[in-house]
Amino acid sequence: MAALDVTWAVKWLTLSAQAMAEHRSYLIELDRAIGDSDHGENMDRGFQAVLDKLSESPPGTPGAALKLTAMTLMSKVGGAAGPLYGTAFLRAATSLGESAEIDPAALANALAAARDGIVARGKAEPGDKTMVDAWTPAAEAAQKAAVDGDVLAVLVAAAEAAEAGAVATDPLVARKGRASYLGERSAGHRDPGAASSALILRAAVGAAA
Amino acid sequence: MKKLINDPRAVVEESVQGFGLAHANLVTISTDPTFITRKDAPVSGKVGLVSGGGSGHEPLHAGFVGRGMLDAAVPGAVFTSPTPDQILPATLAVNAGAGVVHIVKNYTGDVLNFETAAELAEAEGVSVRTVLVNDDVAVEDSLYTAGRRGVGGTVLVEKIAGAAAERGDDLEAVAAVGERVNANVRTMGVALSACTVPHAGTPSFDLAEDEIEIGIGIHGEPGRHRIPMENADGITDRLLEPVLSDLAIASGDRVLLFVNGMGGTPLSELYIIYRRAAQVLSERGASVERSLVGNYITSLEMQGCSISVLRLDDELRELWDAPVHTAALRWGV
Repeated sequence: MAALDVTWAVKWLTLSAQAMAEHRSYLIELDRAIGDSDHGENMDRGFQAVLDKLSESPPGTPGAALKLTAMTLMSKVGGAAGPLYGTAFLRAATSLGESAEIDPAALANALAAARDGIVARGKAEPGDKTMVDAWTPAAEAAQKAAVDGDVLAVLVAAAEAAEAGAVATDPLVARKGRASYLGERSAGHRDPGAASSALILRAAVGAAA
Repeated sequence: MKKLINDPRAVVEESVQGFGLAHANLVTISTDPTFITRKDAPVSGKVGLVSGGGSGHEPLHAGFVGRGMLDAAVPGAVFTSPTPDQILPATLAVNAGAGVVHIVKNYTGDVLNFETAAELAEAEGVSVRTVLVNDDVAVEDSLYTAGRRGVGGTVLVEKIAGAAAERGDDLEAVAAVGERVNANVRTMGVALSACTVPHAGTPSFDLAEDEIEIGIGIHGEPGRHRIPMENADGITDRLLEPVLSDLAIASGDRVLLFVNGMGGTPLSELYIIYRRAAQVLSERGASVERSLVGNYITSLEMQGCSISVLRLDDELRELWDAPVHTAALRWGV
């Protein structure tokens, strides 16, 4: 596959919404252990609203689709996840600009921009047991894959790294977000934000396949 | 799960509707997006006060909208901060030209959403100052966490800053009073049981029949330590000690003592806690000049309480005593 277009972007967001609905209880359960039981509910509500927006005003470019998603998540999700995912999608949209097609380098840059946005808003670092632990390895793997791979290879690399990053949050002690109040007791649980990030990046692969 | 609800997803909407009907003389309800404003907002010449946060802490914040306290409250989903598209119109609705103070509890979600809304309001020409409440001494190592949470002290910040705004203080002065209250109040809480978020359907954490959770926040999140159940005086001592040592309460200090119920504990038990806390303060030579006992910042149906101590001075006491007319606090009117 040479490039991704707006059809891919809309399919990605649709599959992300499906993943959030399907894994709503799983994300609530993760959040119940070390947070406040609302992550699955909020992400499901947010992405359902994204679907409504996409059908109300179909976007013309991948960047426009991601910007619409950013604005909707910021206004519908609430909690920390709303502004964090909102910023991620907004930075990715800005990085893509108005181009109709995304090549491997542009894709990797957009993923890096999303990661930078999350770091800037949430001020978390790798190892703090947050969604940064999924996005940082994902962005790095995407950069590597973009050197000689096609867009599908970049998406697969990002999804696999995000999944491994989410699993790797299990033993960590949280230093940011609500789980940080648990101290040592946050170890032994997966970070819900890293888990939802991995689901969203996996949906991006499904949309290109 | 047994709850007096119709639909887990409609809990906030239907509860706010009922609140508006019950207190139509005090507040106006705006829908889509949802926020609650004081009936006579914007009050000419007055600094506006806006607070908000996840629902499930009632009467906080809507119960404190009215003369002498908040101009607007912005409720999010249960235990989820509200969004900028709610906070912004609430801010604009109560701006009378003197600027607006946001009172924000220090939780990551609340901070991020209020920060975004404040930027948007500034872009529309409204001056916004933010008072961040972080009175929870249960968070020991704030360097390695998201910082101390805003809990019981929030009620006292809203009351006292509200009185400062009502008497005509300007934007900087109202924010400064709010920050002074926050700097002089500390809180610690305990849970005897967890609570159940309506859309989750199961208790927010597991607690055995003979265990209690020390150092809880107000979102049904677990605390720092779990210990075997103790009697009321023992629990009071355990909560009060870190509060008093962090505030460095000494003989001759004048304080306000606030015992807050988490939603599922009877007032009779809160008074047993108050009794012991007042004894300890008196033994330390502190003078309890004002008190507040009741369910003011709750965690749904959680059993438990928090103890807050605010160091008073003449001005803070005068502002505490100033008239207030809201659904949940009312005196002097």
